[in-house]
Amino acid sequence: MSQLNHEKATITERRRFLSLMAQSVGLSALGGLVWTGYIEEAKASPLILRPPGALYENDFMRLCIKCGQCVEACPYDTLRLAVPGENKPLGTPFFIPREIPCHMCTDIPCVPVCPTGALNKSSVSSIKEGKEKLDIFKAKMGLAVVDTESCIAFWGIQCDACYRACPVMDSAIKLEYRRNTRTGKHAYLIPIVSSDTCTGCGLCERACVTEKAAIHVLPNEVAQGKLGAHYIKGWEKADEKRLENVSQEVTTHTKRSEKKVEDYLNSGEDLFK
Amino acid sequence: MSLSRRDFLKTTAAASAAAAVGISVPSELKAASEHAEAGWRWDKAVCRFCGTGCGIMVATKEGKIVAVKGDPAAPVNRGLNCIKGYFNAKIMYGADRLKQPLLRVNDKGEFDKKGQFKPVSWKRAFDEMEKHIKAAFKAGGPEAIGVFGSGQYTIQEGYAAAKLMKAGFRANGIDPNARHCMASAVVGFMQTFGIDEPAGCYDDIELTDTIVTWGANMAEMHPILWSRVSDRKLTAPDRVKVVNLSTYTHRCSDLADLEIIFSPSTDLAIWNYIAREIVYNHPEAIDWDFVKKNIVFATGFANIGYGMRTEAEAKKLGYSAKELEIIKKEDAKVISEKEAPGLAHLGVKAGDLMEMKNADKAILHWEISFEDFKKALEPYTLDYVAKIAKGDPNESLDAYKAKLKQLADLYIEKNRKVVSFWTMGFNQHQRGTWVNEQSYMVHFLLGKQAKPGEGAFSLTGQPSACGTAREVGTFTHRLPADMDVSIPKHREISEKIWNLPAGTLNPMGYQHIMNIHRQIESGKIKFAWVNVCNPYQDSANANHWIKAARELDNFIVCSDAYPGISAKVSDLILPSAMIYEKWGSYGNAERRTQHWRQQVLPVGDAMSDTWQWVELSKRFTIADVWGEQTIKGGKLPSVIEAAKAMGYKETDTLFDVLFANSYFKSFKAKDAIGEGFDNTEVFGDSRGVAGSDGKEWKGYGFFIQKAIWEEYRKFGLGHGHDLADFDTYHKVRGLKWPVVDGKETQWRFNAKYDPYAAKENNGDFAFYGTFAKALKKGNLQKPTTEETFPLKNKAKIFFRPYMDPCEMPDKEYDTWLCTGRVLEHWHSGTMTMRVPELYRAVPEALCYMHPSDAEAKGFKQGDLIWVESRRGSVKARVETRGRNRTPRGLVFVPWFDEKVFINKVCLDATCPLSKQTDYKKCAVKLYKA
Amino acid sequence: MKSWIKTHRFLIARRLVQLSLLVLFTLGNVYGFRVLTGNLSASLIMGVIPLADPFALLQIFAAGATVSINVLVGGVLVWLFYTIFGGRAFCSWVCPVNIVTDAANWTRRKLFLEQTERKIWLGRSVRYWLLGLSLVLSFLTGVAAFEIVSPIGMLHRGIIFGMGMGVAAILALFLFDLFAVKNGWCGHVCPLGGFYSVVGRLSLIRVKHDHTKCTSCMACKTVCPEKQVLGIVSKQSGAILFGECTNCGRCIDVCEGNALSFGVRNYINVGEKE
Repeated sequence: MSQLNHEKATITERRRFLSLMAQSVGLSALGGLVWTGYIEEAKASPLILRPPGALYENDFMRLCIKCGQCVEACPYDTLRLAVPGENKPLGTPFFIPREIPCHMCTDIPCVPVCPTGALNKSSVSSIKEGKEKLDIFKAKMGLAVVDTESCIAFWGIQCDACYRACPVMDSAIKLEYRRNTRTGKHAYLIPIVSSDTCTGCGLCERACVTEKAAIHVLPNEVAQGKLGAHYIKGWEKADEKRLENVSQEVTTHTKRSEKKVEDYLNSGEDLFK
Repeated sequence: MSLSRRDFLKTTAAASAAAAVGISVPSELKAASEHAEAGWRWDKAVCRFCGTGCGIMVATKEGKIVAVKGDPAAPVNRGLNCIKGYFNAKIMYGADRLKQPLLRVNDKGEFDKKGQFKPVSWKRAFDEMEKHIKAAFKAGGPEAIGVFGSGQYTIQEGYAAAKLMKAGFRANGIDPNARHCMASAVVGFMQTFGIDEPAGCYDDIELTDTIVTWGANMAEMHPILWSRVSDRKLTAPDRVKVVNLSTYTHRCSDLADLEIIFSPSTDLAIWNYIAREIVYNHPEAIDWDFVKKNIVFATGFANIGYGMRTEAEAKKLGYSAKELEIIKKEDAKVISEKEAPGLAHLGVKAGDLMEMKNADKAILHWEISFEDFKKALEPYTLDYVAKIAKGDPNESLDAYKAKLKQLADLYIEKNRKVVSFWTMGFNQHQRGTWVNEQSYMVHFLLGKQAKPGEGAFSLTGQPSACGTAREVGTFTHRLPADMDVSIPKHREISEKIWNLPAGTLNPMGYQHIMNIHRQIESGKIKFAWVNVCNPYQDSANANHWIKAARELDNFIVCSDAYPGISAKVSDLILPSAMIYEKWGSYGNAERRTQHWRQQVLPVGDAMSDTWQWVELSKRFTIADVWGEQTIKGGKLPSVIEAAKAMGYKETDTLFDVLFANSYFKSFKAKDAIGEGFDNTEVFGDSRGVAGSDGKEWKGYGFFIQKAIWEEYRKFGLGHGHDLADFDTYHKVRGLKWPVVDGKETQWRFNAKYDPYAAKENNGDFAFYGTFAKALKKGNLQKPTTEETFPLKNKAKIFFRPYMDPCEMPDKEYDTWLCTGRVLEHWHSGTMTMRVPELYRAVPEALCYMHPSDAEAKGFKQGDLIWVESRRGSVKARVETRGRNRTPRGLVFVPWFDEKVFINKVCLDATCPLSKQTDYKKCAVKLYKA
Repeated sequence: MKSWIKTHRFLIARRLVQLSLLVLFTLGNVYGFRVLTGNLSASLIMGVIPLADPFALLQIFAAGATVSINVLVGGVLVWLFYTIFGGRAFCSWVCPVNIVTDAANWTRRKLFLEQTERKIWLGRSVRYWLLGLSLVLSFLTGVAAFEIVSPIGMLHRGIIFGMGMGVAAILALFLFDLFAVKNGWCGHVCPLGGFYSVVGRLSLIRVKHDHTKCTSCMACKTVCPEKQVLGIVSKQSGAILFGECTNCGRCIDVCEGNALSFGVRNYINVGEKE
């Protein structure tokens, strides 16, 4: 006890300051780690659908100031701000197509009001007569995906409710006609989605008549795969576009190639036994 | 054994599919499927919705319908359905099903026209009906009673209604909503063939090379047939051609090789162009052997009006000046530049006044020579027709001409089989009968009719438009089996079958559905009853009819399963049993009759319409209704003495005479067909509903549905309308009449397939229908002989000119309005708007318009706008994309949505021959709401 | 004795300002009455003048994004307003959390918690650490770090656009202030409060103390959420110069002797003893 008292007495003001600083920094680090952990969890909401013109999710999350002006501008009440309890990044705008889909307004009122540019006007504009004009058909809110097992069109039911609901009908959703060999005289009219023109508005998802929608919109990054650029469709000139970003770094690595040549060649006790 | 849901679906599907094709199911799989279905009962039935007539299987468990499946054994659909059919199991249990009678009453519980609806007993409901019918009878005789019937009546319901009205009340004021849907096709058939309903059948789809849709959006309205068309296209994509003719682009265009968008009504001109092309440029294509042997040429008057009220009448009733602008054309119209060339055969020119002097002779026609026919077609050159028919202002005239030429070539091409399909685009047309006749004109000229894979085929809209409305004869002018009240012989036959005194039946059949509305408005009809339809939503110019029903001294009763606009407008509402809550039968567009059993008990105190009609008959005695009666143009004699002579007593009720007679009672309640199934009408049921006499309903004690069927069947047997017996239909998946020696008929009038045609010994074909089969002869303007010439076994080729519709866009009302349906909803949506999935799929009716029109008028996609005509206005949202793409100058608004009450805007002009309303064209203006 | 109105005039004025802002925002969202659209993060007045939360913008910059000029102008306008005039007035005149924490404080007094509760120590400088941390974490995570957890955002967004489970967060905050630390959120933790303390340090509008009228009743210190700023009370005349003062005016309301009042800081006469 006396030892302690003695030590306390000998602490200088400088020491005391440094010690307090260390504590504060340490506590900040602790808080910071917890806080960061929370942020990383909170912003990881890969299935969220954003308003038209939204930047890629990371950039969008960087820029969105959560002011809700897009939500106010939406005439259909499609857009909402995430509230606590929804497990979505708080205060950011999103929509749930099964409830209220995006009706694809031609004047896209939600985009120009965005103060920070998190909703990017030029990504939903096209150049017409030299002027940039809003063009909702350029929106990429997501991509509709069909669950072919629960889609009743694949049973042969004449549904195509999604197809008729599609504002980009015959392009974003096309019907594919196939013969129904079971009945011998009916055709399947099957909805096929094209990622080129699907805007992800979700009118199809709302229209779907199954209990839980058999067609649903997912963010493009989730819904779409990505091809390597090492093979190009020989029958489609346009496919060469994919070569644009091709990398010259072509060394490949697998578990089989992990040993150096010599190491591989010089090992082999098992083989010669 | 435990089965996951997916396994379960697989096994049950596999088992029923296998059963359908007659494969023996592995016993393990079979056991699994039986286990899964423990406590269920599967029984066959028919889809509740359109005229396609898909077979379904209904699963019930503990008195509720739990599921349906497409019937794999049904030839029409082989187990498939469209999405309306997919939801058959869910239409019956909407939260707001009507469960008890409701009457408008005042605070004291007395009936009050301005009162609020309050529940009343069935007894009270019938008391009120009896009172008001008797009062109406007293005031205006049998013509003071009107019934809005239906193409969705079961055959038994329609028969009970028609029998009580025509044989009991001696009243012909019963007309079905099928009037709005099929009447032009009916008159087209009667005029051309002398007998109703199509020659061919759905098998034509698989056998043809060319499918031409004229004013038929089969992709949405007959989806199962459209999938058959699609499959036919897939089997030979190069050979099979699909052509879609319409006033706007719809879903059929997706599959079509050729799409022709025409200006409203110019289908008349396009048919004449095709005929002209045949007659003038390809005479070698005419099947002269066929034509000479089986055909005569004919025509009728053109100055027949537009089926509206006359100007004088409308003025008297206070129609607005705006409305009168159009109504005055009922009396006379100035011939326009557009129609003048096509009317050249009448020697008229643009600017001449055409007085509609032959409005009452619209149906009249006479034989003309082929030379006259050819002469009349002369003006319908490609130049003229392309000019007036091009419907899309953005399309070039040359491109359009090329398309018309291509269409004509497809029809004309030797050895190419062609089927023409149509629905409401033709039938709801101010010249609907004409355009029906014109389709037969082209098919007859080419000899492409009544052959497998070849023919003009009228599709029906409603599930029993054919089976009930037409075959049973719930039209004002009809008796069962195509018979007509105006023909003494037909009345005589009917009186015999119904065991009525001679002279009971009323010969005046003029109270068609628009006339019922109009006569309520003019105060003639005092009592009206709505059955299985929604006339206050589905009739054009609805403002007038609603006002008349609510404000005049009359009593309107509405039987329905769900509350809709008609119920709201009524004074008394009766809760009706829905389709699978009663025994019944339907007849589809290809003459296929299908029966089903009662699957479950009705909800609440609901009872079938058959029961409602039969119970009503108990309230009237012979003395009440069979005395002398005043009708239009004369009197009905008293038949009370004659009835007494037949053994009836004055105090006999109509129930005793018409339904509880010895013939009906000979059908025993206990019947093998009914074993294990409820029959509320025959036995009563466990609900113990208090019936029309206030006592618990215990049933009639005889098999009333079977009795009705067997009596009804007598009308057609031996007359080309042969139906099989009741029991047979409960064993098979429907049969196409005429059913002769147990065999159905695929192609009528063709001696190879139709025993009636073979019997005539008239070579390969015999058009044996008997209606209007003796004609005067004449020239293009009028008949010139008094004598008539018989046309046994012949059909007719009519020349019919192009004429403008009576209302066309002008400076103020600058846009065409066309109305119609969507796949997701059935008619006025009373059932389908209560299925959550269908409601969500299409929650509201939109105004489909061309994007340039929208832009020019300052509308954005989704804007709320007013659609206003001379008659009324509604608000709807602008849709410039999606399923219907209209050309500039035309908008399309579906009518299923009571919140977008488009029939307030529509014009109630009709085809003067068929009296069918033209819902497809009127003029509107559009402005921002 | 001053009348009730007089002893509550700034409180009433503040509530009016706070609530009318929320009402205008809500009218804008729900009824399309577009005087004020958006919320406290960013908004537009009459569809023309942009406003934005400068602290949120700072975090966005730290997260590595550049924003459009409009919102930048909005942020600068707000910054300038508080820097030049308002001081830390945002916290007491605008922020809706203030209503919650004031309520907690009021309840605290009614329950005599001051006298009875176990004390939990929390430094008033925590907010500055969190302010710094907000910017660092924004940089590290690429999102505005405080904005994603801010109960202020939850509350004003909640009121304008719908609350969800945000009610629970606000209740937690209320309980924290009520039972854990007096003035815990606004006076200790809130980095936005810290931000405005820094921004408003040199603003013109100040509470002034007239020592000659002071009765040393200390009513002002009882109600002050940042009572350390009232160091000069009963000691000397002058202006309250601490950035932490929120210009709420409660001290002026409750001062029986009229020793406290709002005034403008005298920058010209630097020598004057304020």
